[in-house]
Amino acid sequence: MAEPHAARPDPGSRIGHVLREDALELDRLIHERMRLAIVSALAVNESLTFNELKRLLDTTDGNLSVHARKLEEARYITCTKSFEGRLPRTEYRLSPAGRQALERYLDHMEALIRTMRDR
Amino acid sequence: MASVRPIRQAHNESPALHARAMDNLSFIRQTMERATSFTAVPGWGGVAMGIVALIAAGIADQHRGTPVWLATWLAAAVVALAIGGGAMAAKARRGGTSVFCYSGRRFVLSYIPPFLVGILLTIVLVHAGLVSALPGTWLLLYGTGVVTGGAYSVRAVPLMGLCFMALGAFALFAPARWGDGLMALGFGGFHIGFGLVIARRHGG
Repeated sequence: MAEPHAARPDPGSRIGHVLREDALELDRLIHERMRLAIVSALAVNESLTFNELKRLLDTTDGNLSVHARKLEEARYITCTKSFEGRLPRTEYRLSPAGRQALERYLDHMEALIRTMRDR
Repeated sequence: MASVRPIRQAHNESPALHARAMDNLSFIRQTMERATSFTAVPGWGGVAMGIVALIAAGIADQHRGTPVWLATWLAAAVVALAIGGGAMAAKARRGGTSVFCYSGRRFVLSYIPPFLVGILLTIVLVHAGLVSALPGTWLLLYGTGVVTGGAYSVRAVPLMGLCFMALGAFALFAPARWGDGLMALGFGGFHIGFGLVIARRHGG
């Protein structure tokens, strides 16, 4: 079978293909552990507050807000701010785009594993 | 994270890549598991169960030493379990059905063994005329179920279980006439107190 990158080592194998896919398509945004954890936690909850996420993922305010903001900028999660009495309350939800991204990521990991198994 | 390496190494890296993919998948699964048990226990359901227990304690206390006493507490247990189960299912539904499938099942499965032991011991103790040992036994076994079922839940849940166990242990050695009061404190007070905390902090 003709391969456009035939000069490279291991060009025709499925591993090579998946590896290239890995480099090209892997969603770096949710590949990062903290962001992957945020998306995974929100996938099984309608919504979680900032404090719930912080406790659940055992992280700091700063770390969580940095990663949550990145996901928010990518529109993978939505954030609503409100007040509970006098305390501010930040609530996160997974957006349809975020759910899709997680599904894509899961498919990708499964494909990688399957390819290695079939080798 | 991402690193720039010559593609020639790709073949050697394959097992590592495979391991990383497996690792990523199990990380996602673990996070999801923890996140589901996080909110599986219903707070308002606990409050309602507590109210049932307080009513039962009021009625039972007036019928101490009669079969009505036992019947009252058993009826309260059935009603409270129905409320708890219903509230848990409702809370799971709100968060998507998958929640109930996984963490709900785990919670229920942890509850069942101590519950069955409770039924068995109740029959044995009643037959042996040791009705005064029932409050301590029930509190202790209920606490055991909550501790094991809530091991991965929010801290309030296993803590509530430990409180039940401590109260049960105390009740076993306390005067028999304290039984209803101690059960009112445990099944009533603990459920309402911890239920309010869970409801306020963990979404219902």
